[in-house]
Amino acid sequence: MIRLQNISKVFNHGEINEVKALQNIDLLIERGSYLVVVGSNGSGKTTLLNLISGAERPTSGRIFINGTDVSSEPEYRRSKWVTRVFQNPFTGTASDLTILDNFRLAALRTKSKKLIIGVNAAFKKKVKDCIAELGMGLEDKINLPMGSLSGGQRQALTLLMSVMDDSGILLLDEPTAALDPRSARLILDLSDRLIKQYGLTAMCITHNLKDAQEFGNRLIQFQGGKIIKDLDQEKKSKLTVLELVNWFE
Amino acid sequence: MEFYLQALQLSLCLGPLCMGIFISMKIFNIPDITTDGSFTLGASVTAVLLSRHLSLPLVLVSCMGMGAAAGALTGFIHTRLKIDALLAGILVMTALYSVNLVILGRSNLPLIGTASLFGILTFFSNELYNDLLVAFLLILALFLIISYMLRTDFGIAMRATGNSESMTRSLGINNNRMKIIGLAIANSLTALSGFLVAQFQGFADINMGIGIVIVGLGSVLIAQALKTWWKTKSIGGQLALVLAGSLLFQLVLALTLSLGVDPNFLKLVTALFVLFIVAIPNISTSLKRK
Repeated sequence: MIRLQNISKVFNHGEINEVKALQNIDLLIERGSYLVVVGSNGSGKTTLLNLISGAERPTSGRIFINGTDVSSEPEYRRSKWVTRVFQNPFTGTASDLTILDNFRLAALRTKSKKLIIGVNAAFKKKVKDCIAELGMGLEDKINLPMGSLSGGQRQALTLLMSVMDDSGILLLDEPTAALDPRSARLILDLSDRLIKQYGLTAMCITHNLKDAQEFGNRLIQFQGGKIIKDLDQEKKSKLTVLELVNWFE
Repeated sequence: MEFYLQALQLSLCLGPLCMGIFISMKIFNIPDITTDGSFTLGASVTAVLLSRHLSLPLVLVSCMGMGAAAGALTGFIHTRLKIDALLAGILVMTALYSVNLVILGRSNLPLIGTASLFGILTFFSNELYNDLLVAFLLILALFLIISYMLRTDFGIAMRATGNSESMTRSLGINNNRMKIIGLAIANSLTALSGFLVAQFQGFADINMGIGIVIVGLGSVLIAQALKTWWKTKSIGGQLALVLAGSLLFQLVLALTLSLGVDPNFLKLVTALFVLFIVAIPNISTSLKRK
């Protein structure tokens, strides 16, 4: 569960290029909900996601995750609760490390990284089985560097990595923006499956209105740093893509 | 022959430094100039403590500890005070010059009749062979320890930090802390080289560290060039190549001297050699394009 209390974020405060990215946002995201966020560029969607992950600090207001006030916790500490999939597939993985080493780190997200060899036969098998479920044939490539894979493959693995350790909250920042339509479809189906399978609380930013209509159980629209529309599951299920397009007219 | 064996011995003594540069340069992408200062720091601490007849293990520990402190200071300036890594290294190196001068008490301190690490084990009656074997065993042990460390969970986290900071942050790694630890390890290894070289050459000198970072960088770059022939992806293999790079580097310098080149030109030859190594890949690709 995520609760945002009267959150504002101002960039370049007091200067000519001052930007009020978010203005007095109150938002409660229930456990297990899959929130889809739409809005034009610069409307505050990504800022909101960065505030939840800890990449940015709010100018005012408080953020609670599962009842704990995390407003002043840095990003690396919030990773106990929050996992992220970035817009750029290269951001969420380490290119020079093998797929196996990337997964090892992901499996230790909430734990300390000790001076022991953790990549053993049992761990290799676990990763192989996990990757095999993707059906992309990557399970035989776990010793290759992550950098040798395509953007779509890396994004799929990033998603899998997010459930390697105890997960609660999954933040998706336009995860398919850099992908071809087929890979994009695969990533969205996979996230949908993982969110249901692991009972995650998820938040997905997208510019694809067809995806926004199809996925998730709650939809909000941002404009000028404010939430101007908020549809629950029932209302969202009645929404058509055409109506959604009209939101942006 | 003896000339080349001494070059081999020197390359073994500089092995820890080269592994340290591998950590700072290849793992964290930080060109760490602190090296020049922490090398002399290691040698100065060694010379002063050995001439006071302190036990070798104690000298070794204090020397590596001081090196680690110097590296951690550079890391602190870089990460917490947000100063460019190159400048942070230059600042600490400059400050260390005075520190080293205070420790040494004068610009040069000879080691006569003091204990030496190379004398702790006797395999051969020939001193040179014996020194070589002791140095080799030490470097082998160090190589095994570091390549093990880099394969542990902590080591993977360290390597990932230099590769993708946004990824490591989102996986619960404190990047700043990791960089400080990495630079501390790298500089404690550099100080260890100072410890070995001081005993190998029998003195510590305030200027012995000038340009030593180039020796480390050169070895790491040679290792990269060697990868064209021996394609290794394992971290242990890469570390072994760095040690091979260190050996090749010293052999080239020894060869230059034996050809009768004026020793005054040694630093010039060193710089040109490193330039040559760095330029090879770029020259060969531009030739291929034609």
